[in-house]
Amino acid sequence: MKLDLKKLKLRKVNEQLQSIDRKINDRNFTIINPEGNHAVCAGLTEELNINIKGHVGYYCAGMNQKANITIEGNVGTGVAENMMSGKVHVKGNASQSAGATAHGGLLIIDGDASSRCGISMKGVDIVVKGSVGHMSGFMSQAGNLVVCGDAGEALGDSLYETNIYIKGKVKSLGADCVEKKMDKKHIKKLNLLLQGANIKNQKAESFKRYGSAKKLYNFKIDNISNY
Amino acid sequence: MCGIVGIYLKTKKFEKNLGKMLSGMLNNMESRGPDSAGFAIYKNSDKKEYKYSLCINNLDFTKFKKDISKKIRNLKLNQYSDHIIVKTPEIPKKFIKFINKEFPEVSIVGYGRSIEIFKQVGNPKDVVKKFNLENFSGTHGIGHTRMATESAITTDGSHPYSTGEDECLVHNGSLSNHNNLRRELKKKGNTFTSENDTEVAAGYVSNSLANNNSLKNTLVSGLKDLDGFYTFIAGTRKGFAVVRDEIACKPAVIAETKNYVAIASEFQAMAHLPDVNNAKIFEPEPGIVYSWGN
Repeated sequence: MKLDLKKLKLRKVNEQLQSIDRKINDRNFTIINPEGNHAVCAGLTEELNINIKGHVGYYCAGMNQKANITIEGNVGTGVAENMMSGKVHVKGNASQSAGATAHGGLLIIDGDASSRCGISMKGVDIVVKGSVGHMSGFMSQAGNLVVCGDAGEALGDSLYETNIYIKGKVKSLGADCVEKKMDKKHIKKLNLLLQGANIKNQKAESFKRYGSAKKLYNFKIDNISNY
Repeated sequence: MCGIVGIYLKTKKFEKNLGKMLSGMLNNMESRGPDSAGFAIYKNSDKKEYKYSLCINNLDFTKFKKDISKKIRNLKLNQYSDHIIVKTPEIPKKFIKFINKEFPEVSIVGYGRSIEIFKQVGNPKDVVKKFNLENFSGTHGIGHTRMATESAITTDGSHPYSTGEDECLVHNGSLSNHNNLRRELKKKGNTFTSENDTEVAAGYVSNSLANNNSLKNTLVSGLKDLDGFYTFIAGTRKGFAVVRDEIACKPAVIAETKNYVAIASEFQAMAHLPDVNNAKIFEPEPGIVYSWGN
């Protein structure tokens, strides 16, 4: 079914997609003329295939559950923020805070993502085919962040249990973020992530893994005099 | 919040449509700034004349026209609602002093050989309509929709700020060291008409340009001297430049085609521009100055 955002109100389109009858089998939708609108396809909870033809604004596919959403264009701030499950595929570039706080699912960005990609991510897998900006993976808690290009300043600052895999250069590491050994299980996992994003020209072995040094996990009693 | 927009024409193709393109951009940024709006339009400059953009506030235009014509002979006036564009060979130093003395209720919004500035409180859609922006032609233009944070909702608090000949600045964000900087700039001879943080940034740019620094170098040194959050668009007679602070919380997106460069806080501001879906679309990187025409 084709939904034209030039003719239909955004709220109507979102309402329709949010309240799909479970008995209905026609699950394929195409959204045309998104024209940079915010919150396109936010809050979907059913297994749907949605193709958005054009550039969208902020919080596209936010809070997504189960739906498979492809954006044939660029996305604004906070694409797939707080996603729980499903798949969001951005064919262009993403603005800041892509995949912020997302708990699950898969976010693929074919182009670059700007600053704070994967900020506070809680279990989502994010695969960026280009590069990411500064403060990416900030306070990230769980899940995997894969970057085939470079990473900006302060990568993984104050992170917890997220694994960050970077192919290119890292401008600088954030507080408590260190390079870690790639074990067999990491290579296996990264291979699965690359396959899932349909990336065939990258070898998992050529990536470096970054994670938490865990020095910020507990208060160090030696620092008591500083407080 | 605030919305900022700008368009620079690389070719002559859309010169007649500049106002139309910019008005669409401002209208679409209403959601980011419903309090006030303003815009600056640059047209080919006239070497013989200066243009002064004045806001006559509550003054009656007919009376103003009569009074000013008595004192200055060589001038042409064009009225756009409460704004008047005065064209005259009178030099800025003399003319500004004259207006401030003879018509204290009139605000000088900007001046130069090429720039025309209009700004007012109210919903952007109403402001754009009031000044008939759609009918303007030109080479480049800059606009702003304001959600007031640092100072009151007044004409003086609206953007663009122009603090030098053919210069203007719009800002999305807030500065935290503007009071200190204002004091320093006052010592250097700058004058300010409001308590607004952006006016200080505009003064900073004017001061640096007056010292023969390029616009690009000015904005690079601004990264050190201006503390706060910002995306700026700074306009001059030749073109404009864009810069975001290094934290880059304030958004910006640029679309470039062979005919124009457009910049806006959000893509939706430029979704209506011709051939935008085939444009090169990118976000300006933090702390990097991008400039066109300068």
